[in-house]
Amino acid sequence: MRSIRAAAVGAVTVSLALAASACGGGSSSGGGSNDSPKTLTYWASNQGASIAVDKKVLQPELDKFEKQTGIKVKLEVVPWSDLLNRILTATTSGQGPDVLNIGNTWSASLQATGALLPWDAKNFGKIGGKDRFVDSALGSTGAEGKDPAAVPLYSMAYALYYNKEIFADAGISKPPATWDELIADGKKIKAKGKSPLGAEGANVSENIHHVFVFAKQHGGDFFTADGKPDFTNPKVVDAVKQYVDLMAKDKVIPTGDAEYAQNQSVSDFAKGKQAMLLWQSASANLKSQGMSESSYGIAPVPVQSGTPGTGTQINSMVAGINLAVFKNTDNLDGATKFVKFMTSDAEQNILNTAYSSIPPVKAAQGEAAFNSPSNSVLKDTLAKSAAALPQVADESQFETAVGTAVKDLFADAAAGRAVTTESVKAKLEKAQQQMPAK
Amino acid sequence: MPKSPMAPPSSFLWSRRVFLTLLTGFVLVPVYVMVSSSLKPLADVTGEFRWLPSGLTIRPYIDIWSTVPLARYFVNSLIVAGAATICSVVIAVFAAYAVSRYSFRGKRVFTVTVLSTQMFPGILFLLPLFLIYVNIGNATGIALFGSRGGLILTYLTFSLPFSIWMLIGYFDSVPRDLDEAALVDGCGPLGALFRVVVPAAIPGIVAVAVYAFMTAWGEVLFASVMTNDTTRTLAVGLQGYSTLNDVYWNQIMAASLVVSVPVVAGFLLLQRYLVAGLTAGAVK
Amino acid sequence: MTTTALKEPSVRGSSSRAAAREPRRRRPGRIRRVGLPYLLLLPALLLELLVHLVPMVIGIVMSFKELTQFYIRDWGTAPWSGLGNYKVSVDFDAPVGEALLHSFFVTVGFTLLSVGLCWLIGTAAAIYMQDTFAGRGLLRALFLVPYALPVYAAVITWVFMFQHDNGLVNHVLHDQLHLTDKPSFWLIGDNSFYALLVVSVWKGWPFAFLIVMAGLQNIPRELYEAAALDGAGMWQQIRRITLPSLRPVNQVLVLVLFLWTFNDFNTPYVLFGKAAPEAADLISVHIYQASFVTWNFGTGSAMSVLLLLFLLVVTGVYLVLTSRGSRGRRAADA
Repeated sequence: MRSIRAAAVGAVTVSLALAASACGGGSSSGGGSNDSPKTLTYWASNQGASIAVDKKVLQPELDKFEKQTGIKVKLEVVPWSDLLNRILTATTSGQGPDVLNIGNTWSASLQATGALLPWDAKNFGKIGGKDRFVDSALGSTGAEGKDPAAVPLYSMAYALYYNKEIFADAGISKPPATWDELIADGKKIKAKGKSPLGAEGANVSENIHHVFVFAKQHGGDFFTADGKPDFTNPKVVDAVKQYVDLMAKDKVIPTGDAEYAQNQSVSDFAKGKQAMLLWQSASANLKSQGMSESSYGIAPVPVQSGTPGTGTQINSMVAGINLAVFKNTDNLDGATKFVKFMTSDAEQNILNTAYSSIPPVKAAQGEAAFNSPSNSVLKDTLAKSAAALPQVADESQFETAVGTAVKDLFADAAAGRAVTTESVKAKLEKAQQQMPAK
Repeated sequence: MPKSPMAPPSSFLWSRRVFLTLLTGFVLVPVYVMVSSSLKPLADVTGEFRWLPSGLTIRPYIDIWSTVPLARYFVNSLIVAGAATICSVVIAVFAAYAVSRYSFRGKRVFTVTVLSTQMFPGILFLLPLFLIYVNIGNATGIALFGSRGGLILTYLTFSLPFSIWMLIGYFDSVPRDLDEAALVDGCGPLGALFRVVVPAAIPGIVAVAVYAFMTAWGEVLFASVMTNDTTRTLAVGLQGYSTLNDVYWNQIMAASLVVSVPVVAGFLLLQRYLVAGLTAGAVK
Repeated sequence: MTTTALKEPSVRGSSSRAAAREPRRRRPGRIRRVGLPYLLLLPALLLELLVHLVPMVIGIVMSFKELTQFYIRDWGTAPWSGLGNYKVSVDFDAPVGEALLHSFFVTVGFTLLSVGLCWLIGTAAAIYMQDTFAGRGLLRALFLVPYALPVYAAVITWVFMFQHDNGLVNHVLHDQLHLTDKPSFWLIGDNSFYALLVVSVWKGWPFAFLIVMAGLQNIPRELYEAAALDGAGMWQQIRRITLPSLRPVNQVLVLVLFLWTFNDFNTPYVLFGKAAPEAADLISVHIYQASFVTWNFGTGSAMSVLLLLFLLVVTGVYLVLTSRGSRGRRAADA
């Protein structure tokens, strides 16, 4: 008779499960509606020094928007540690914000879920047209051949920050333009007791950003034209090896950096321990750590030879934040109006100044603030020598797999183990096999 | 506590001193690090480690409240953990009473099921649970995701299995004569429960309450997806000190201490109940 | 005759199990009583269903589907992949399966060491602190602090201490004690296993300490006195009396510690972040990596189910082995 009771429990469980499964995820149908035209929920990412700072920057703008349109925007600033999880659960359940910030490298992955509103010509028309935006920024908004899944909001690029005092002390008159020059300068800097360059060796995303650029500089790419992973092709292997060799062979990156994952290299630079830093739009960060703008200079990221440009002269990935709309929002018009507001020339000026990023809107780029010496390097890089990370649906797997491989290689270098072409290839081979089968 | 008839030999005393000293050091060092780092300016904390801070500042203790809405997170955690604990204890008491005092069909299935839930990796049911909450929200309008209620519901269920398990053992050791006496006096079974069993089992109940509270207080994974800015708990909120640009180590330490002090204090006050309580519960 | 006795009055002081075997009596007008246990259980059962069991079943169903970012919006429509996710997970020649197996072994090794050390330290501390001495209360209070601290706070402090350049551990080991010739890495590389172990033991041993200490209270003084009169020394008393008496306590304690440590997600996640070093790749973070971070929920679910099956087997074997020799009925109802 006990079995009857057990069976009953089992039956209840299964029936509930079936009921739940029938309900499934969120409404996969539904292209949005205008059921609640007076409110919007907006998930902003943490761009400032702290969540509180982000709120201080955004709230006045949201108040402005409310005054203009009568729509109240409920703001939530989501820390990066949570953002992807929250987006995931929002996508799965259909319950989420109306508008949200996404890292631009996530665009293709999120596009593949089908949860984001595609920006076709009609939608772009509502916010002033596609050609308001810089091409490179548009390149990171979704897979090629498909309508963008989001609209560029803030753009950033990598630059080489260098400590003027250390350079002067070491007798270096101008920042290095090629990697060889950087290594040579590194020797002079080490002779003076400072470390030449920093890196966040244990930060998976940072690793990807750098090896991607190196791969481009070697004329290779992590994915083939039809989107298949190709991590073991010789150019890619050489590229990854060159980056890790900065620590392993050339010794311009100290071994301690292999475990850095919390922006310690930025602190090292701000404290004057380290001569150079390859970072995205670091000015706001350095200022908060007490480093004055006059004590450092900004130069383009080195290339193999020559000057930055396109093709093998790429020296940065296109970094940035995009603004996306959830397809099943219940305030479609309001959301579009909000996007229009946030990408308007005026707002772009205000927001990008606050976050020390570059506006992806062409008209706003003309403002004086973005043509200062510090920002002009970034602006030029974005316009001329930046490339978007592969816009494939498996982008996050790619970041995880290859980023971890580079982290392990740095760990090898730090432990004194040899980093050879074979060992690099082996790690990349393993990373490639972790990618989903195509 | 009466002394043993034969005094412990000197080898025992000597090894005790050594062992306890080492252990104290092991326990204390990180606590010292927390305290000393919380009193340093940010530059010191990111520099080379020093045993004694070069300059003391209580700035971190002031900043922590503004960098991150710590007070709100603290209150949220208290509400969530407190409510989860109370509900969990009540439900566990009822369930344990049923298992301890009655025989009925399905008793074994129930206890086995309860035990087996301890083996589930949390990851496995994070997404499904979220889905269920959303569906309930859609169907009934009761918002469970993003609300404290959903988190309370989740946490109270998390601590139920161990609580029921311990309470069963503890109730078992309360003699049935006491129940009999109460019933003879005219109480129903529930009367017996509240008049006799529960008072006799207070230490066990306190032990289980502490466990439930600690479980809810420190849970990170579910809190990170089921809360929004207003309902976020401490466990997740503390991560806000490590932002896009900076990791405010000194503030993290300060905030950790501030939120730990009441918990440790409460814990220590109840400690003696916990000790007495876990005894009989474990010896089933 | 009309007493509504739950059990026969002649049952005194015996265990509930013997009483349970007695046939239940049905009386008219007592339907409420008959249904009472179910009613008492109902809230617990409903909650378990809602929060534990149904999600688990859904999770198991998900493991049979190819659930990636393409289908996450409406997981019901994801294509069935049968045992595909399982095959990938247990294919130990392919990197995914190999990594899972490696992670599994690391976790088993870690859990055994951590539980062993927690238990050893906890038991030793409990035994040493059995007798009163000056400062005992204070020490007991201090020892509970690691357990009382929030996980994030405790682990982040150790992250801070384990830093290569500025951490206390290297400062002491290298700069002050000169035990190593250059500072070691604790958060990456092979040492990360030991770092994880240290943190886990630091946080976990007070719980063992508590439980054992409580268990010690139950051992009658007379046993010790009798043994002492027979000439047994302190160490012999511990071996012959204390440890055997603690057996029932230890049975529960070790099992619970094993399950909780094996499934522990927070400690490795806060210590190492999303990408754990190979040496310390615990299975909970590994599964998180394979599912959430890479949007591959079908595989993540399959791995979780395998983990669950493994733990069920371990628990079953453990309970059978440890109950042999002690009262057989314990095994039945545990």
